[in-house]
Amino acid sequence: MSTPSRYWREIPQRYRLEANKCNRCELTFFPPRLLCPECKNRKLEKSKLTEKGKVITYTIIRVPPAQFSDQAPYAVGIIELEDGVRLTGQIVDCAFEDIKIGMKVKLEFRKLFEEGHAGILCYGYKFVPHGE
Amino acid sequence: MRDVAVIGIGMTKWGELWKKSLRDIYVETALLALEDAGIDRIDSMYIGSMSSGLFVGQEHIASLLADYLGQLPVPATRVETACASGGLALRLGLMEVASGMSNIVLASGVEKMTDVGGDEATYALGTAADQEYEGYQGITFPGLYALIARAHMQKYGTTREQLAKVAVKNHHNGLKNPLAQYQFEITVEAVLNSVKVADPLNILDCSPITDGAAAAIICPADMARKMGKPLIKVIGTGHATDTIQISQRKDMTWLEATYQAAKQAYAMADKKPEDIDLIEVHDCFTIAEICVTEALGIVDKGKGGEAVEAGLTAMEGKIPVNTSGGLKSKGHPVGATGIAQVVEVTKQLRGEAGERQVKDARVGMTQNMGGSGGSSVVHILERE
Repeated sequence: MSTPSRYWREIPQRYRLEANKCNRCELTFFPPRLLCPECKNRKLEKSKLTEKGKVITYTIIRVPPAQFSDQAPYAVGIIELEDGVRLTGQIVDCAFEDIKIGMKVKLEFRKLFEEGHAGILCYGYKFVPHGE
Repeated sequence: MRDVAVIGIGMTKWGELWKKSLRDIYVETALLALEDAGIDRIDSMYIGSMSSGLFVGQEHIASLLADYLGQLPVPATRVETACASGGLALRLGLMEVASGMSNIVLASGVEKMTDVGGDEATYALGTAADQEYEGYQGITFPGLYALIARAHMQKYGTTREQLAKVAVKNHHNGLKNPLAQYQFEITVEAVLNSVKVADPLNILDCSPITDGAAAAIICPADMARKMGKPLIKVIGTGHATDTIQISQRKDMTWLEATYQAAKQAYAMADKKPEDIDLIEVHDCFTIAEICVTEALGIVDKGKGGEAVEAGLTAMEGKIPVNTSGGLKSKGHPVGATGIAQVVEVTKQLRGEAGERQVKDARVGMTQNMGGSGGSSVVHILERE
C-alpha cells in the first residue's frame, strides 16, 4: 500500500478541481502541468475546471479492479467540460440504458473507493446527469 | 548505417505454462533462436518485459537471463514500453547492429503472467494506463479500449458484428499455428454471446493472459550473406509516443503514435502501404486491430470495420493481417508479443509458415503497441 503522501498530494486536483492554463495557447491542463506541451511556456496560471460537460464516450465496467469490486457493474465515461477539458470518471445516479453520448452531466464530489479496512477512504469526482 | 538481417528466430508453444518459470520459458526460447541462427555466442541482448516486477516479483531480469542463457558477461538490457516492450527490444538491437557497435544481438521478450491471480494481473496490466487519472477512477484495461470502441462506433458507424469478425478471423488463422494458445475456431454468435467485460467489449474481444517468450537474432546483412542464411532484412523501423490518457487525445478513435511510427518505418524502408504483403498487428482487443489498420494506412480512416467485414484482411484477402492468430488466438505475454510478430513475419518471408503461408510473401510489417496506444513500434522486413 502507498504512503498517504501519494493520495494527499493529488487532493487539490481531485477535491477542488484545480487546473492550470497557458494564456498564450488558451489551453487548460488537468491535472496541472509544469509546462505547456504546445509552446513550452512555463508561466502557467492557476485555474479551476468548469463543472458542467457532456459524455463523449462511455463503457460499463463488469470486471472491476479489486478495490472497485463491491461497486461493479458501474459506468465510466470520458466527459468534455464546457471549457474544453476532457477527463475520465464514473457516471452515476442514472440507469445504464439512459447513458448516451452527448448526455449533459456535472461533476460531483464523491467517495470513489476504500484502500482496504484500515486504509484511506479515497475521494474525488464523479459525473451525474444534469438538466433535461 | 549497416543493413541488418534476422538470422535466427525462436518461439515455443504459448499458454498457461504452470510447470515453467520465467527463466525456463525464456532460456528454452532463446536457445531455439541461437540454434536456428547456428551460433552459440552473442555480443549483446535486449529483453522486452512489461512487468516482471508485478507478475513474478523479479526485477533485474536482464542479468538473470544472460546468466541462465550462459552468456555472461554479455551486456544485457531490459526495455519497457508496456505491451510494446518487445518491439522496442528489436528496435534497440537494430540500432546497435546498424551503428557497428555490435555484430550479433539477441532481441527478445518474455512475460510470465500466470504466477499471479486475476486481480493482480488486472492491476499489473492497468499500470500501463494513467494510474492517477484513469486507474483511480475505476477504469480497467479492457475498459479503455471499450471507450475507444464506443467512440469509433459513434463516429464511423462501426458495428458490434464487425468487432466480432476480427476475433473470428484471428482464431481462424491461429487454428493453423501450432504454437498458438487457443487453437480453435469461434463464431460471431459466440463472441456476441460471450461474457461482458466492458461494454461493448466481451471476453472474446480480449486477448488472453499468457506465459511465453519470443526471440530473434540479428546481425549485419553482409555477415548473414556469408553465413549462407536466407536474407530477411529489417529495412524500416519507427517508434512514437502519444498521451497515455485516452481523454487527452484530440481524436480518441485515432492512434497517432502508430501513425507516426509507421510513417517513419515507411520512409526508412522506402515502401508504401500497398507494397506490404502481410502485417502482424497488436490486436489486444478487437477494436485495436480496426484502429491500427487505419493508422497504418492500409484502409482509410473509419473504414477498419468495413475492411474486416469485406475480408480484406483475411488470409486470402488483399492484405492478410495477423496470420499467426494475432494476440487474440496466439496469446499475449505482453513483453514477448512484439518479438513474436517478428518471428511470424520472418517465417512467412522464409516460406516456412506451413499451412498458413502467404503466397509469395516478400515484404512484411509488424506493429506493436503499448497501453491504449501511448506508444507504438513498427518494423518492415523484406526478403532479398
